[in-house]
Amino acid sequence: MGAFGHYLTGHLATLRLEFWSLFVGGVANGFLYGMIAVGYTLVYGVLRLINFAHSEIFMSGGFGGYFVMKALIGSSVPSGMATVGLIVLGIVVGGTVGALVATLLERVAYRPLRRRNAPKLAYLISAIGASYFLFNLAGKEFGRYSLSMPQPYINHPVFTIFGATVQLYYIVIFIAGVVMLFSLDRVVATTKLGRSIRAVAQDAETASLMGVNIDRTIALTFIVGGALGGAAGFLFGLGTGVVYTMGFVPALKAFTAAVLGGIGNLRGAMIGGLLLGVAESLSVVFVQAAYIDVVAFGILVAVLLFRPTGILGERLGRAA
Amino acid sequence: MLQVKDAVVRYGAITALHGVSFEVQQGEIVTLLGANGAGKTTTLRMMSGLHAPVSGQILFEDQDVTQTKAHQFSSLGISHVPEGRRIFPQMTVEENLEMGAFVRSGSYADDMAKMYSIFPILKDRRKQLGANLSGGEQQMLAIARALMAEPRLLLLDEPSMGLAPMIVETIFRIIGEIRDSGTTVFLVEQNAAQALRLADRGYVMENGRIVFTDTAQNLLHDERVRAVYLGESVEGA
Repeated sequence: MGAFGHYLTGHLATLRLEFWSLFVGGVANGFLYGMIAVGYTLVYGVLRLINFAHSEIFMSGGFGGYFVMKALIGSSVPSGMATVGLIVLGIVVGGTVGALVATLLERVAYRPLRRRNAPKLAYLISAIGASYFLFNLAGKEFGRYSLSMPQPYINHPVFTIFGATVQLYYIVIFIAGVVMLFSLDRVVATTKLGRSIRAVAQDAETASLMGVNIDRTIALTFIVGGALGGAAGFLFGLGTGVVYTMGFVPALKAFTAAVLGGIGNLRGAMIGGLLLGVAESLSVVFVQAAYIDVVAFGILVAVLLFRPTGILGERLGRAA
Repeated sequence: MLQVKDAVVRYGAITALHGVSFEVQQGEIVTLLGANGAGKTTTLRMMSGLHAPVSGQILFEDQDVTQTKAHQFSSLGISHVPEGRRIFPQMTVEENLEMGAFVRSGSYADDMAKMYSIFPILKDRRKQLGANLSGGEQQMLAIARALMAEPRLLLLDEPSMGLAPMIVETIFRIIGEIRDSGTTVFLVEQNAAQALRLADRGYVMENGRIVFTDTAQNLLHDERVRAVYLGESVEGA
């Protein structure tokens, strides 16, 4: 035992004390990761490529929501129905901007390559180029410093769970996350659009023989993934503010979450997001907060080394 | 019903079809015979828009479909059962059948029930994933899936491939029944003897060209066909 034993017991005591409050914060982050991660996994399903410009979809959604809040919220903080309306509006606008940027990316950065049967590396380079273009454009237009988002409510503890206080901001994320992820799951499992996304993911050519328009399905997949990513950008910005580089770290972590859950697997991305959020949050007991990113990417490396198919495995197009 | 005139298909620098012409009349079973690499699958792929010809013309019910996209064919009335079945592996039998009816609006529950009566094994397996079916079950599902689109012309690519003789018998009997119920059939087969016994007419393909055509009966007794495609397999097939 000795020194390490003391180290461990000390930290475990802290963990016991702080567990629930860290857990609540971790779940909130986890929902955001999950909402971004499904975008990676959906696009991977239909195109077999990682959309590395997804971070900029998230960032644009953040700015979309920011400008709406800025335009609508005056000097007094809204309350009641006005708060609910503003949050819903922020999500809708963030999601719409995210979907638009995703559509643009698909048209400009990916579709021309698909027409030419370009190798996968070309997509990767195209994605990185599009990503640099978009975040620098945002930096040029909106400034290179962080803007705090006008708040549609006064954030306050709403209730406590096992001694941990739960902030209103977290409740907003929980509700939005559950509603969006659950709806997405049902859309993919039961609707005609969902069936066509799964069919293209499993066998695009055969899907076209059934009458599925592959181009249209791919475009719609980008729209769906972009909408959730953009909405997550707004929710993230609500707590942290918006800045042109805001997409990089959360999106890379969400990518980790998608790999952790099994890339191509929709529920895997959701579970991976929640797991990563919680693991990252609890890890502050053991390592300094400054190393929190190391934990997330340590998990990525470990998954890639030991279980590259992720928790649920690569069940492409299953998603149901 | 369907006319193909002087169709040329290229894969990059390689010419796969050197100007093929043939036709399919309503109510027929027409079979396309030929060795591996003769261009049979390419011909089918061309007939369902997966690979457009660089020249020539395809008419279906007097409509020019030469440059029609693959995803538009099933609503035109042509269903293609691809080589190797190509069942959606992570969808259940039921979902695969629903994919077959993708272009249809309105209810297709009756047709689903009809498929289950033609292929009772699919009913037993309806909640299983496509990946977990046997080869014969997958072939039946592939045919049932294609029929869900209510085609007037059914294209079949090597339906007997890799299947046990008893299952092949069943599949061929069902192909006959499909024709009897009013769907025209265009059948590509390696198993020439069995295909010719079922078909009305046949085309023989070599190196991307149609080399001769006749009634199935005559082809079955044709010296050249017997030598090349039937040989000893007359007994075995």
